Amino acid sequence: MSEKEVVLLDFWPSPFGMRLRIALAEKGIDYEYKEEDLWNKSPLLLKSNPVHKKIPVLIHKGKPVCESLIALQYVEEVWPHKSPLLPSDPYARARARFWADYIDKKLYDLGRRTWATKGEEQEAAKKEFLDSLKLLEAELGDKPYFGGDKFGFVDAVLIPYYSWFYTYETCGNFSIEADCPKLIFWAKRCLEKESVKKSLPPQEKVYGFVLELKKRLGLL
Amino acid sequence: METVKLYGAWPSPFSYRVIWALKLKGIPFEYIEEDLSSKSPQLLQYNPVYEKVPVLVHGGRPICESMVILEYLDEKWPQQPLLPSDPYKRAEARFWVKFGEDRGPSVWMIYRTEGEKQEKARRDALEMLTILEEHGLNGKKKFFGGDNINIVDIAFGGIAHWMGVIEEITGVKLIEDNKFPLLKAWMHNFKEVSFINENLPNREKMVAFFRARRSMILSSA
Repeated sequence: MSEKEVVLLDFWPSPFGMRLRIALAEKGIDYEYKEEDLWNKSPLLLKSNPVHKKIPVLIHKGKPVCESLIALQYVEEVWPHKSPLLPSDPYARARARFWADYIDKKLYDLGRRTWATKGEEQEAAKKEFLDSLKLLEAELGDKPYFGGDKFGFVDAVLIPYYSWFYTYETCGNFSIEADCPKLIFWAKRCLEKESVKKSLPPQEKVYGFVLELKKRLGLL
Repeated sequence: METVKLYGAWPSPFSYRVIWALKLKGIPFEYIEEDLSSKSPQLLQYNPVYEKVPVLVHGGRPICESMVILEYLDEKWPQQPLLPSDPYKRAEARFWVKFGEDRGPSVWMIYRTEGEKQEKARRDALEMLTILEEHGLNGKKKFFGGDNINIVDIAFGGIAHWMGVIEEITGVKLIEDNKFPLLKAWMHNFKEVSFINENLPNREKMVAFFRARRSMILSSA
């Protein structure tokens, strides 16, 4: 059992885990990070998330919160005064929720198909993936962050995927920057923040992990 | 007060989620019926990303995605709350809402397919219902929200009214007689609530509509 009030069950390459690391860092919340081996899940993980058995799980005073966007909102509600990620206006909050939902509906699966598939399926995935990023780039517009002047909810939800860009580009043989230069600019701005810098693994490390994963899954 | 408009479509359970929330909170609104085979320019302008219903337009500003709309309604009109006030209980409620969003499509896949694909969809749907029965409703009172309906009940409203229609049209039975006692009780309790009962699409109309549409879907597959 942990002595710390907050425990995060996580897996280092997971973009879903990264967004929680960012939020906890932004809010200066002390927590214990527990690395899970997804091929050998701990009893704590299985007990904390019996329905999905997935990471990340945020455990606060012994009670588990599953699903990263839900845990993100939980952290916002329990620690509302420290670096809020969601705006206070309900309409702006609805827009943030809409885009966070869009990002999760599209990017994980499309991104995965850019590295896990070949031929026509891969080409289709690459195109759809870029189309989604372009839509996000249009939503960003001229703002420094999706949250406006400050790093916010949508920024925290999206930036973890940046650590996977090198993997997508190398496996899929395409350039994200060529199609979405503003988004890359935005990503680099986010990476200047301490909370983001320490929460994202290096892109090459993620690529190495995916190569190993492809071997394991017989996709090489 | 700024006007509230809801763009919806009568066969859509997602549209009804918003109708139920508006009725529960006593929010006056104008309802605009969309013909999904011929979408209005307004709808396409208000929801360029998905081009879908429901869309809520409040004071001229659109909000898309039914569960995003519900959270917005709860924040602007806090009476008859959809979400509990305690952060942990809110997280639990949101967990079940997301579960429904992720797994609910399996029921629609039964409707849209046949053969092996339909069989797989049936297994997925049964798994979802089993988890709901054993983890979601276990220890609960009349509703997911306790004594009163909350956001989770509304999110699963499709199961209460649309699933039976899909079972009838496809002949694929999901809620078999003595299985899922908690779910059956919940479905009954949910439809007994007056503002739900008074706001459900006509069942015969649904059967006719969905039956015809299924033929079209299967013939073009």
